[in-house]
Amino acid sequence: MAHSRLTRRGFGILTATLLASATLAVPVTAQTPPEVLVIGQIAEPKSLDPHAVTAVNDFRILMNVYDGLVRYAPGTLDVEPALATGWDISDDGTVYTFTLREGVSFHDGSALDAEAVVFNFERMLNEDHPFHATGPFPLSFFFSAVQTVEAVDPGTVRFTLNEPYAPFLSNLAYPTGLIVSPAAVMAHGAEFGRNPSGTGPFRFAEWRANERVVVTRNDDYWDGRAASEAVVFRPITDANTRVAEMLAGGIDLMVEVPPVALSQFQGANFQVVEQAGPHLWFLILNAKEGPFADRRVRQAANYAINKQALVDDVLEGTAAVAAGPTPPAFAWAYNDALEPYPYDPDRARALIAEAGAEGADLTFYVTEGGSGMLDPIAMGTAIQADLATVGFNVKIETYEWNTFLGKVNPGLEGKADLAEMAWMTNDPDTLPFLALRTDAWPDKGGFNSGYYSNPRVDDLLEAARASTDQDERAALYREMQQIVQEDAPWVFVANWKQNAVTSDRVTNFRLEPSFFLLLKDVEKN
Amino acid sequence: MGGYILRRLISAIPVLLGITMIVFLIMAMIPGDPATAILGAYATPENVERLNRYLGLDQPLLQQYLIWLGNLLQGDFGRSFALNRPVLDEVLERFSATLILAGTAFVLCSLLGILAGVVSAARQYGLADKTITFAVIVGISVPSFFLGMMMILFFAVQLRWLPVSGMYSIWGGGDLPDLIRHLTMPALALSVVATGVIARLTRGAMLEVLRQDFIRTARAKGLHERRVIWGHALRAAMVSVIPVLGIQAGFVLSGAVYIEMVFQWPGIGRMLVDAILKRDILLVQGGVVFVAACYVGFNIVVDVAQHLLDPRIRA
Repeated sequence: MAHSRLTRRGFGILTATLLASATLAVPVTAQTPPEVLVIGQIAEPKSLDPHAVTAVNDFRILMNVYDGLVRYAPGTLDVEPALATGWDISDDGTVYTFTLREGVSFHDGSALDAEAVVFNFERMLNEDHPFHATGPFPLSFFFSAVQTVEAVDPGTVRFTLNEPYAPFLSNLAYPTGLIVSPAAVMAHGAEFGRNPSGTGPFRFAEWRANERVVVTRNDDYWDGRAASEAVVFRPITDANTRVAEMLAGGIDLMVEVPPVALSQFQGANFQVVEQAGPHLWFLILNAKEGPFADRRVRQAANYAINKQALVDDVLEGTAAVAAGPTPPAFAWAYNDALEPYPYDPDRARALIAEAGAEGADLTFYVTEGGSGMLDPIAMGTAIQADLATVGFNVKIETYEWNTFLGKVNPGLEGKADLAEMAWMTNDPDTLPFLALRTDAWPDKGGFNSGYYSNPRVDDLLEAARASTDQDERAALYREMQQIVQEDAPWVFVANWKQNAVTSDRVTNFRLEPSFFLLLKDVEKN
Repeated sequence: MGGYILRRLISAIPVLLGITMIVFLIMAMIPGDPATAILGAYATPENVERLNRYLGLDQPLLQQYLIWLGNLLQGDFGRSFALNRPVLDEVLERFSATLILAGTAFVLCSLLGILAGVVSAARQYGLADKTITFAVIVGISVPSFFLGMMMILFFAVQLRWLPVSGMYSIWGGGDLPDLIRHLTMPALALSVVATGVIARLTRGAMLEVLRQDFIRTARAKGLHERRVIWGHALRAAMVSVIPVLGIQAGFVLSGAVYIEMVFQWPGIGRMLVDAILKRDILLVQGGVVFVAACYVGFNIVVDVAQHLLDPRIRA
């Protein structure tokens, strides 16, 4: 009988232990504190040194801690004054002179002056600079046109470029152009990225690795005090967990909501925010060999693929159909007259028949993921089916992102007929200049992996880069877009709309077309 | 005994050296490089070359390996490209988080598994045995990451009893009760499969032992049943259970990867996955070597423990 008593007790202990979670679970509300904004980020930041990072995820923090000489005006990609109150451009477009805002100081107390600005660019660009070793500075080539930068007087700084380079101003508005405190760099050296100091609306407070980055309000901000007392950035890499945290109230705002999860946030407790950005998802077509060497077949691919269905069904409305090579977010440079290629399989078949490319075998490079690639496998499969409808026999080859880039960037010749690709840029110059010019073929160090070549497009892009007049540049870009759309070196598929969800406690939040996250005026109660 | 431990330690050296070579070669051979991963869309050959030169990746492979190994032997694991901080700091921080999670899960599955196995065996074919066997089979069959997601949905999103993810609260908190609240779900989810395996094996081992003569002798001389089961039978059964515990410890440690992803636990498994995707060579190499060294060490400890428990091996 001792026997049965023993096991009954043993069983009891077992059950009790199994229920341990329930006893521990004192009901708690996961609510976040008032006046403290908690942001669900997609990854741990690499560094809070704006010159050392490349990821949008890091930019989201940095844009709230630092300012640049210039910035994008709210809701646009137009450049407006920030730390510089104004600037002068020489007639030949090679000398830029900035007047600095007076009375601004860094969070560490040191003053923002022309010498500080010079230090920032010298550190990035001059390999002999005593603090160049605090890098690497992967995007310093944004300023590779800068020949000299000098302090004319404490309130004036002058950049001399080695050739006219129109994207210079918008590159200054990019996070790589944010201004850091030289005193803090000197004090912390390579650890500056974990002890940052800028001039922005929030000052850095704490970074607990893999848990949170905390920034607190800068009461002396030159452009008015921030609405929140502090912002906490939490890295939550798994999208499902991020959604669960949002539903449970553990975060106030999340970015990059998976399309399938959007339906969870329909309701009064949440609000969903959307904003189209300078993003293009496209297919590179191999214009050098195979069926796509014929322009009619490339146009046929544009007619054959049902972009509206991709955007509505695969991406659940988180993107818009693209018309040409330039995203509409660059409103000043975008050609409104362009209409997307309509979905018209009959027309596609006719063009293919005309070119004699019926039933061709195609190799299609598809990536498993990657920055800006949205849902590449599902999209690739849908595209394969659309191309099969017009008689192409498409073979998909799928690669992990870095491997994929290693296959695509050196050019598609001898390997594939089409490949997925996506770009997000800060100036209408960047993508076509790096990926559509004849001088941007892979063997010349560019990204024109499909070997498109049109001398007129080359001329237009060179001229637009050299011009300092925005209207003139816009006219050149519009003409370029029209030619490229007709030549169809790519299948223009989608422009991604960035999305975010906030809880109903958050007001005054909007997304920017730059995809940066600006939190100064966001309120939480 | 001392000689045995020394022999085992010396035999670990070539193993570890082999691991450094393999992990170095794998990272050198997989397509993609850190410069491309860092630069993303802007990875022109020119930019890649500039960055590789900065990172020292333009050196010949053998030289890179020897420099890395030489630094490693002096305790210098290098600096992570993607996180811009010393590899060792990151690895130690992440590994201690994993140890807390995996350690808790291991203690949980060992205690629960052995308890469940002993109870099952003592009441073979009874209600308790059948209930436990059923629960164990369900537990073994459910993938831990799925269980984790279901737990989040139920306990965190619906009931709001426990936090969804992370190791500490983001505001305030940071003390032990806070840690325990964050630890509960991931540790349970991680321990379930191992608990089942240990329970099944303990039950089998106990049943075998309980049929042996010395148990009958113990009962015949009037020993309390509790002492027969927990004192005599369990001790004898432990000889075959302990190696399984060793294997399960490894299983829990590697299974932590999924759980760390689901619960955003800042552990080393998640660190390695991120590091591989970003081609953060030094962090992957440092992390793998560190974890491998821990495995080797753990196996030595298990062998020694078995050595102490089982007189037959000692001979």
